[in-house]
Amino acid sequence: MNAETPMAPANSAKAAKANILQGINAAIADAMEEDENVIALGEDLADPEEGGVCGVTKGLSSRFGEHRVRSTPISEQAIIGAAIGASLVGFKPIAEIMLMNFTTVAMDMIVNHAAKLRFMSGGQTHVPIVIRTMTGTGFASGGQHCDYLEAWFAHTAGIKVVAPSSPQDAYGLMRSAIDDPDPVLFIENLPTYWSPAEAPEKGHRVPIGKANVLSEGSDVTIIAYARMIQEATPAVAKLREAGISAELIDLRTIAPWDQETVVKSVAKTGRAIIVHEAVTPFGAGAEIAAVLNEQLFGRLKAPVKRLGGAFCPVPFSKPLETAFAPQTADIVAAAEALIKS
Amino acid sequence: MSNRATPDAATQIEIYRRMALIKANDERSRKVIMNGRLVMPYYSPRGQEVIPSAISVNLSDEDYICTIYRGSHDQLAKGLPLKDLWAEVAGRTTGTCKGKGGPMHVTYPTKGIMVTTGIVGSTMPIANGLAWGSQLRGDGRVTVASFGDGAANIGAFHESLNLAAVWKLPVIFVCQNNEWGEHTAYDKTSNVKVADRAAAYGMPGVRVDGNDPFEMYAVANEAIARARAGEGPTLIEAMTYRFFGHVFGDADAYMDKARKADAMANDPVPRFRAKLIETGVATEGQLAKMEAAIEKDIDEAVEFALASDFPGVEELKRDVFAEEMA
Repeated sequence: MNAETPMAPANSAKAAKANILQGINAAIADAMEEDENVIALGEDLADPEEGGVCGVTKGLSSRFGEHRVRSTPISEQAIIGAAIGASLVGFKPIAEIMLMNFTTVAMDMIVNHAAKLRFMSGGQTHVPIVIRTMTGTGFASGGQHCDYLEAWFAHTAGIKVVAPSSPQDAYGLMRSAIDDPDPVLFIENLPTYWSPAEAPEKGHRVPIGKANVLSEGSDVTIIAYARMIQEATPAVAKLREAGISAELIDLRTIAPWDQETVVKSVAKTGRAIIVHEAVTPFGAGAEIAAVLNEQLFGRLKAPVKRLGGAFCPVPFSKPLETAFAPQTADIVAAAEALIKS
Repeated sequence: MSNRATPDAATQIEIYRRMALIKANDERSRKVIMNGRLVMPYYSPRGQEVIPSAISVNLSDEDYICTIYRGSHDQLAKGLPLKDLWAEVAGRTTGTCKGKGGPMHVTYPTKGIMVTTGIVGSTMPIANGLAWGSQLRGDGRVTVASFGDGAANIGAFHESLNLAAVWKLPVIFVCQNNEWGEHTAYDKTSNVKVADRAAAYGMPGVRVDGNDPFEMYAVANEAIARARAGEGPTLIEAMTYRFFGHVFGDADAYMDKARKADAMANDPVPRFRAKLIETGVATEGQLAKMEAAIEKDIDEAVEFALASDFPGVEELKRDVFAEEMA
């Protein structure tokens, strides 16, 4: 994984390009510049340790000091615990759990404490932390380094879950996550860190809970997030060639998800496909499908379709790994099947 | 030992007042449950009164504590008002957490009671964060993390002590070793003293008689001074004994009867009371008056709590997030 130099944070021309990694870096830097209570911690986070294994936080400790940007021992419970404690007394900690699978060893801190202290204290305390974590198939890392576990957290009252798919959304959602008075799990997709797109504008915010309609259509709604946007975007083009008009919604926030935008779209198209890399059973797609059925029963032209990862641990062998997650062709085929049904 | 801090007469009396408050509150709690006036999970701190009383007189309201489900002694010693406690454990809207936390989650930031957790071992990681905040601000505050001997065997103990030592955090880890982790005796779960584990992290570790107010005061005073001076954390293993079973209603058949009888015969509360009178620090009349005032305060708190309203169901949607849920 080659770390790149973060983009110049200020006054970037609107046409300038940036990648997701740079968008996240710039958002944290701008927030730290504006508010001394914004602090960051995690494994390898500071510059002597290369600013994170992928360099997402490169430059931050040199600029803001290692007292505010701290590399930690490999101690996920201690990382989240320290973030929680500091947040209780007015800090806005950004804690990195290097890989999403490693959140498993910090689940007590995240689920029993970060998510619940506001409620259990009757609102006397709250936990404004951001938990950054990366994941995603594509780098042949096998069964313990690339799971999408967002449904676990979306199933927990008291924590918000976001997963940006572009540099602008990465910047804007990170700024909103830092602003947010409650814990936010910020999911970063590893294979798409370096995909260039339009650079974000300084200070830009993407509201948590607001989906983005990437392309409008009338026959079928495709609801996706994170890397699945990169699979769904060409699917929309291919469907157009086949005479099918697909609307593509980037959910951006998984919890609380934008029911209004999604329901409105599916009310229009009458068909829905939910695409995520997480395994299908009990995934976010199941929740979205249930709400669509509750709200649009009788108006749906076809059953809501879910496309998710195969229900197995992520395999290592390349053909298996590729087959594990939904691909453009799967989305096209699912849409065509819905139209025919 | 001669250069160790000794509590002056007024401080000794204050330590005793906190101990007497904890003991009286525990006795009342058990009575109110037995009488059927209140249903709650209750983890008696009886027998462990000295530890938080002798520690907390070294703390200010600005210092933080994190404690556990067996935590009413820590909370009361740190200054939690009785009415706020009783209304909370009764699940009433006048409770410190509006009745939404209950006995295992009492929170009262006004007095630095930041977290009470029902998860064994989870005070320590969060205490580090509070202490990190103090270190960043240079505000001179310290954080005390309380936990039991059972928690010394959970992974969070290792992660937290290591991080605190590496970062030199102003935190004091207080293991209240009451010899029991739920139903299992400490000597069945560890081959070493908890205090000896401190050496593995490069921090001082002290085992102290947690039922001796003078010893407990001196050790706490030194650890707190170290933390305030920026010299880093200390692990204190305060030896004590849990008078009752793990949770109220537990018949404690697993506890050795002779050992328990011995511990109760050496009840630290009347022992310290007698000492205060014997050494002329306080008179019988003075302490009796103090105890009567405590009983009256508890009477008022219980009645206040039981007369208070339960929270409305709209509270299910509040405090999940800052914004009320739809």
